[in-house]
Parts: sequence; structure tokens; C-alpha cells
Amino acid sequence: MEEKKQCKGCWGALPFVIGFVAAVIAGWVLYPDLIYSKKTQPVNFSHKVHAEQGMVCADCHTFRDDGSYAGIPTNEKCNECHSDVVGTNPAEKVYVDKYGKTGKDVPWLIYQYQPDNVIFSHKAHESLECTSCHPDMAKNDVPPTYYQNKLSGYSKQTMRMWQCERCHAENGVSNACHVCHK
Amino acid sequence: MSGHAFKEFKINWGMVIDLDKCTGCGACMTACQVENNIAPMVDASNKMRTLSWMLVFELSNGKPAPEAEVAYLPRPCMQCGHPACVPVCPVVATDKNEEGGIVSQIYPRCIGCRYCMAACPYHARYFNWEDPIFPKGMEKALSPDTSTRPRGVVEKCNFCHTRLMHAKDKARQDGGDPEALAEGAYIPACVEVCPTGAITFGDLKNPEHKVHQLSKSKNAFRLLEKLGLKPQVYYMSNREWVRKLGDNYAAGGKPGAEKKHS
Repeated sequence: MEEKKQCKGCWGALPFVIGFVAAVIAGWVLYPDLIYSKKTQPVNFSHKVHAEQGMVCADCHTFRDDGSYAGIPTNEKCNECHSDVVGTNPAEKVYVDKYGKTGKDVPWLIYQYQPDNVIFSHKAHESLECTSCHPDMAKNDVPPTYYQNKLSGYSKQTMRMWQCERCHAENGVSNACHVCHK
Repeated sequence: MSGHAFKEFKINWGMVIDLDKCTGCGACMTACQVENNIAPMVDASNKMRTLSWMLVFELSNGKPAPEAEVAYLPRPCMQCGHPACVPVCPVVATDKNEEGGIVSQIYPRCIGCRYCMAACPYHARYFNWEDPIFPKGMEKALSPDTSTRPRGVVEKCNFCHTRLMHAKDKARQDGGDPEALAEGAYIPACVEVCPTGAITFGDLKNPEHKVHQLSKSKNAFRLLEKLGLKPQVYYMSNREWVRKLGDNYAAGGKPGAEKKHS
């Protein structure tokens, strides 16, 4: 009698196992695809091509006089070399025709865009290598796909709070709230 | 006590507000609202629900006409050395843990329980009863230096903390020491705008900053000093009745608590 009961119980669990596996697949495989929209950069910019000309990050990504960071360069900076088409890459022609000559700034997608309540100073981190936080863009020929969270609007590739906190903790830098939040 | 030890910092950002110079014009309140993205309220007549990180109070000596005198008292967050709001926060959304002694408030972390508001004897904390609504066009004038707060969280003055971060960046750019800012390199919006220069701002511990001396002058006092919260905001006035109002006693209570400086 008892054995029979147990066996019944085993088969009864099967729907739950199937349900569990289905939920795991849905959560780990299907859901990320649903929640993030994929976007491509307006100009197929190659960091690699520029790095091969002997340029370094700071040639285009500069600080302002007050120590704030200018971030992604404006057309003015790009036009110093690309006021007209100088190469053969079709991406350059897209930039020159669509943005450089029309005076419209390129609506670059910013992978590292942080929430409104975060303040980050590049100046304070100037002694570090760019690649300690950013991917090694000098080797990057095609801009990576930008994944945007459909609900929050934030980039998937952005730096996480735990990453900032870990580096601060390891280097004995304060992790006080106001060091990074505003 | 609460088990929260008094934290010593090398720098103590603080204010000394000269109540004899304050005309009660309210420019500090306006500057604060602009700097910190505080939305104008649909109905601001309900003072239980307004948000004013910096609030000017009117003081009166309570005497009839010929001897009647008034004074105005601007009240920012006191950035207490021993804050009452910090140990009561169940989610560590507010803390006093950064060099400089400014009490932080992290809005996304706040659960809106308002224990801190109950704990703060200065009423320096405010609750967002509504989502902020910025009139059309005003969103273009929002400051990028302060994040906006949603309904359901507590907010308060933070001495325009982002200005401190910018001042540090400027110091780094100019090859200076970001931990030893010169006087005037960092001042909150209310201090900058005050037309009579009633508010002096600086490092209370740095002898090169004016506030260091002013806070020790004989006419300087702090609000409710008897509570021992050690505010980093000092007031000063030549008028005795104004100084006496600094410690508020119930009618028939015993005035004259000892004045102590840390």
C-alpha cells in the first residue's frame, strides 16, 4: 500500500519539474531578449581605425577647463579632420553628409549612461587606465549593439554599483553614499 | 546611547549665519529651490506639504509696539555632528559617513517611513506627498546637479553637495589638493545668493576659513544646543533675545543651558 502511494507521488511531481524547467528557460533565455531592445549606433564608428593612426583616447575624449569631462566629442572635434571625406570607409561618408555638414550633432548611444542620481568624476579617476572600466575600444572595429532596458530605459552595458563599490573598497577609497550619489 | 559613535572628520563643512544681517528677503530659499530642482507646488498654501530645504523663520521678541523687534532665521539642514535622523533610518538611506560631515540622503533607497522626520528636532526634512510637476518649459531649466525625487521619499538640504564635487574636480584640474579647498572654492547656492552676505560658509576646522573664528565668537550659538546634536550650522546675533531663542524652552522651563563648542 505504502509503496504504491509513494510511486504515485513521484509521477505527480512531474508537472512541477516540467514547469520549473520551463520557467528557468523562460527567465534565463527568453526574458532577457524581451526586456532589452537592441539598437545600433547612428554612425558605424570604428575606434580601431582611429587607434591605428596613432591616436589615443584623450585626443578626442577631453576634459574641460573646470575639470569636468566632455565625454563623447561633438561635431566640432570630428570636423577637425572630417570636414570633408578623407577616407574610403562608407561610415565616414554617412557622418560627413548626415551630420558633419548639416551641423546636427550625432545622437550617439552612450553605453555607460548612468542614472540621474549618480555623479561620476573622470578627473578623480584620471590616474587609472581607461580600460580598467571601459572595454578596450582601440581594438573595436564595429560598435557593439546597444541594449536598452525597455522598462527603465537604461543601458545593459553600464557599470554597476557593485563594481564601483568593489574597486573603492579594494583601494581604500570611501564608499560613503554622497561620494557617488547626488 | 544609541550605539552610533560620534564620527570625527578632518573637514567639517559649516555655516555661520549672522541674524543681524539677515533681512528675511528669502533669496536663499529661492536659490535653493532652483539649485535643487524643487518643483513649484500646485497649492503651496498647505504648509504641511511644501518642500523648503532652506526655510526662513520670523522671530519676535514678543514685546508691544515701541520695543517690538523682529529677526529672521534661515534654517538649512544643520548637518549635525550627532544626527538624530541617521540611527533611526531602517534602510541606511541617510548617513553621516563622508569626509566633510555632510549628512547624505539617498532618495532611491528611502522607503518613506519618515522616522527621520520625527527624529529631526529642526524640522529640516521634507516628505514628497506628490510627484513633482514642473510647468511646461521649466523642465529645460532643471539643474543636472541634483536628481529629482519621486512621491514617497524624504529629502533635505545637503549643502549643495554636487558643488563640492565640482569644486574638487576644479582643484584637481588646477593641480591643487581636492581635500584642502580654499575658502570660497565651494559654497552652497544660498550662501552665494545672499544679498547682505549674512551666511558665511567654510570648513569649521580650518583656521584659514572665516567660519572657524566666527563660530567661536561670543555671540555665536547653535539651535537647541542642549540636545547635544552638535549642528554644523552656527548662528550669531548681538541681540540677547535672539540668542536666547536658540534654545527653545516651554513656558516656565529652565533656560540657560551651558554653551559648549566641540
